[in-house]
Amino acid sequence: MDPFLTSRIVTDVLGGLTNGVIYGMVALSLVLIWRSTGVLNFAQGAMPMFATYVGFALLSYHFGYWPCVLACIIAGLLIGGLTERLLVRRLYGKPEINPIVVMVGFLIVLEAVAAAIWSSFPRSLPSPFSSIDWQLAGKPIALSPFTVYEIATGLLVMTAVAVLFRFTKLGLQLRASAVAPEVSRLLGVRVGRLLTLGWMLSTVVGVITTVLVSSNFFTGLTPQVMDGIFAFGFIAAAIGGLESPVGAIVAGILLGVVNQFVTDLVNQNAVIIIALALLIVSLMIRPSGVFTKRTERRV
Amino acid sequence: MITIDDLTVSFGAVQALRSVSFVAETAKITAVLGANGAGKTTLLRTISGLKEPRSGTIRMDERNLVHMRTEDIARLGIGHVPEGRGVIGEFTVEENLRLGAMMAKVNLQQGLSEQYEQFPVLGERRRQHAAKLSGGERQMLAMARALIAKPSVLLLDEPSLGLAPLVTAQLMHTIQSLCDTSDLTVILVEQNASSALRIAHHAVVLHVGKVVANDAASVVAADENLRQYYLGLVE
Repeated sequence: MDPFLTSRIVTDVLGGLTNGVIYGMVALSLVLIWRSTGVLNFAQGAMPMFATYVGFALLSYHFGYWPCVLACIIAGLLIGGLTERLLVRRLYGKPEINPIVVMVGFLIVLEAVAAAIWSSFPRSLPSPFSSIDWQLAGKPIALSPFTVYEIATGLLVMTAVAVLFRFTKLGLQLRASAVAPEVSRLLGVRVGRLLTLGWMLSTVVGVITTVLVSSNFFTGLTPQVMDGIFAFGFIAAAIGGLESPVGAIVAGILLGVVNQFVTDLVNQNAVIIIALALLIVSLMIRPSGVFTKRTERRV
Repeated sequence: MITIDDLTVSFGAVQALRSVSFVAETAKITAVLGANGAGKTTLLRTISGLKEPRSGTIRMDERNLVHMRTEDIARLGIGHVPEGRGVIGEFTVEENLRLGAMMAKVNLQQGLSEQYEQFPVLGERRRQHAAKLSGGERQMLAMARALIAKPSVLLLDEPSLGLAPLVTAQLMHTIQSLCDTSDLTVILVEQNASSALRIAHHAVVLHVGKVVANDAASVVAADENLRQYYLGLVE
C-alpha cells in the first residue's frame, strides 16, 4: 500500500480513537443513568462541566492539576447525588417527557450560572502532558503524550465500570435496582440509595471525561465545552443501545473513527450530517440499538 | 410469628382489606385463600411494606412492621416470593441467588450448596439466565433465592400459578418439608385451595377483603359452605 495512504489511515484511526473514547465515556454515563433510573439525562454534559469548574477553582489557591482533578470528582459526586435526591427523584413514575424537559432546563440553568460565575471565555487548564504529536520517520502521527493519557484514562474508567458492575456485590445491587427495583427491595437492597449512587457514579464518569476534554491545550474549559461532545455521545448511546454499556462504548469509539475519516475525506461540516445519518439508519434497522440483546419480557 | 390485627388497606375509595386479623404461628403453614380480588396479594404486599395500611398493626414477634421500609422488613428476616415469581430474567441463576444471600449474614458458598442440594436443577443451570428457565424452575429459583437468606418468615404468593399439577404437588411437598424441618413461619397465598389446604396447618379465607373463616386447615377443608361459596371446591 502507498506509504502516504497508510500513514493517513493510521493518523485517522488514532485521532478517531481519541475522540471515540471521549464519546464512548459520555455514552456510557448516559447509559448508566438510563438503565438505573429510566431518565435520559440531557444535563449529562452540563453537570460534569459545572463540577469541573468548581474543582479547578482550586487553581486560584495554587493547587496543582491532580488535587484539582480530585476536587472535580468530589464536586461531581455531590452534584450527581444532590441532583438525584432533590430534582430527579420527584420525576420517577411521571410521563417520560417530564424528566426530559426538566433536565434540558437544568442544562440551560447550569450553563448560564457557570457563565455568570466564571464567564464564557475559555479557561485554560494546566495539562499534565504535552499535546505535541510524536513523530515517526520525521512525520507527526496523531498521537501525543496527552492523547495517550486520554485514551488510557478512558479505557481505565470503562474497565473499572465494567468490573464494578460485573464482579462486585455493589455492582450486582446496582444492576438489580435498575432492572427490578421492587424485587430488589424485597431482598433487602436499599434501592433509593443505590439510585443516588448510580447518578453519582455516572456524573463522575462525566467529570473525568470533561477534565480530559478541558485539559486539552486546544479546547480549554467553557460552559458549553461538552455540548458538541454530548451530541456525539448521545448519538453513540442511541446507536449502541441505551440498554447496553458495551454497545455505548463500542459505538462511541467507532463514531469517533468514522468522524475522523469524514473530516479527512470530506470536511468538518459533514461530520454531524454523517453521524445523524448513521443514527437514523441504525434506528430504522435496530430501533433498540445495535448492541442491545433482543429479550422477551414477561408482563 | 406474625400477628395481624385489625388491618385495613385502601386503594383510594376502594377498601382492599377490611379489619383483617389473624395469627401465623411459628413453624406452621398458614394458607390465605380466596377468589381473585379477595385481597390476598395486597395482604402480603402490606406485610412486606410495599403497601401502606390505612390502619391496624402487623407484628413480627413484638415488633410492629407498619411504616417500616420494605428493605428493612426484608432484613428482619421476612422473605417474600411475589406473584409472578419475580426472578430477574437478565441475571443468571447464580446471580439471582447471590442477590438473595447478600443482605443476610450467611456464608454464600454454603448457602448456594444448600440450595443446589434442595433444588438440583438450579445447580445444573447455575450459569443460565433466569429468563430461559421453565415456569417450575423459575418458581424453584424464587423460593431458593428467598430461602438462601435463611428467613424466619416466608411469604409465598400464588406459587402454583401456571404450573403443571405434578410440579405443583412437588412444590407443595417442598414447602411442607421446609416447615417440618425448621422454625420457618409460612404464609401461603393460593387460589389453588385444595393444594394449599393439603399442606397447611391453619387457613384464613378472605372474601372481598374480609376474613370469612379463620381456623385449622382441616376444619376449613371440611366446611361445605366455605368450599362451595368461597373456595370454588365443588365435589
